[in-house]
Amino acid sequence: MSETEHRRTVVIPGETIVEGDAYLPGEGTEKQGNKIVALRYGLSEESGKLVKVIPLSGVYQPRRGNIVIGKCSLITFNGWVIDIGVAENAFLPIMETPKFVAKDRLDEVMKIGDLAVVQIMGVNGRGIDVTIKSRGLGKIDEGFVFKINSNKVPRVIGKEGSMIKIIRDYTKCNITVGQNGFIWIKGDKIEDELFAKKAIEFITENSFIDGLTEKVEEWFKKNGGVKRE
Amino acid sequence: MTPKNFKRPDGRKLDEMRPFEAKVGIIPNADGSAMYKSGDTIAIAAVYGPKKMHPQHSQNPEKGTLRCTYNMNSFSVSERIKPGPSRRSTEISRITEWALEPVLMLDKFPNMVVDVHINIIQADAGTRCAGINAAAMALAHAGIPMKEMVSSISVGKLDKTIVVDLSKEEEDFEEGEGPTDIPISMTHSGNITHFQLDGKIDSKQLMEAIELAKKSCEEIYEVQKQALKNSINLNGGED
Repeated sequence: MSETEHRRTVVIPGETIVEGDAYLPGEGTEKQGNKIVALRYGLSEESGKLVKVIPLSGVYQPRRGNIVIGKCSLITFNGWVIDIGVAENAFLPIMETPKFVAKDRLDEVMKIGDLAVVQIMGVNGRGIDVTIKSRGLGKIDEGFVFKINSNKVPRVIGKEGSMIKIIRDYTKCNITVGQNGFIWIKGDKIEDELFAKKAIEFITENSFIDGLTEKVEEWFKKNGGVKRE
Repeated sequence: MTPKNFKRPDGRKLDEMRPFEAKVGIIPNADGSAMYKSGDTIAIAAVYGPKKMHPQHSQNPEKGTLRCTYNMNSFSVSERIKPGPSRRSTEISRITEWALEPVLMLDKFPNMVVDVHINIIQADAGTRCAGINAAAMALAHAGIPMKEMVSSISVGKLDKTIVVDLSKEEEDFEEGEGPTDIPISMTHSGNITHFQLDGKIDSKQLMEAIELAKKSCEEIYEVQKQALKNSINLNGGED
């Protein structure tokens, strides 16, 4: 919550957020005459001229460029089908792997039931295409994965990753947050990993509090966390 | 038209609704949920989805589907009703879909379905209206894109008198012309999405009834709005 964001209120569908010709309708809004009307339930936010509605509830909507965590549910002749917890299945073609994979060796990269961090390349009428070509993507070998409400993901990440950085400083765990609400924690010790999970649960339970980053630091100190290099 | 000595059984004014309240987010497992209570009628609604439509042949590649299930619990009335779908509940399920679909923007969810489960846990007339009110809130809570909210109320004619929000006792009214029950659902801007009429009424009185419904829906809308806004606890910390 920075200075540029102001006047955040809960809006319901059909409610007029602002009136006047100076505004532009953003996500979740529509222009009706000179009014900007909300089309969904959420938190309205004005950043400059743009007015948008931030979702507070509902299922995750896949978007291009999102990094998500999913489970391999099927191997086809030319790729893998990944279940990322949305209505459409995500497809990872053989071409989107970082190195060459023979067509009969697909299960050496990923077997059914394996978890993977993938990036969404595109969402079209037939389904979702994903890739593991970039850094940080690919099969998950160690650590554990759990799920939170996908609407709380922005708070867990924090502004420019500030929240994740705090958790990493205190637990020395590697944390990957999928936009679909799945979180992968990998640390040296299981205690550290569980501590990080507890911290994330604390964030999700208090996601509406202002100045959450400081609150989380306080929480770490109270629960015996030590900042480590 | 109204006889001077006309009195409603529970002493309400002609345009007075039963005390009503709404609450959002009552079912943590659902993607969206809401409760609507009007007098002794309590309806709960849970929304799941949008999710993939199964079986595949029911998928619509043009737009998403809304699937409502209305169910009256066997303990909702004093005389136990047989559980399971019935002619009546199937009809009301369909009516609810038709009442809500015009405001939903389902074209963003091809091949998908939004499931709405409405349960009446206590019934005292006006259950379909309570169900629609709860379902509208639950759909909004689930983050489904909607153009507007829908509010629903039943207006009635007892003998020759137009009254709002009939109770079971009034529905069983038997004097004079008997009871006429008119459940109406409308959007906030006043467009009617659902209209039923059980009984007889002349066109002049019908207009009167619609006006009364409009006024009542406005009140319900305010309660729905407040319920949705109150379900987010901003902890007073927002600017």
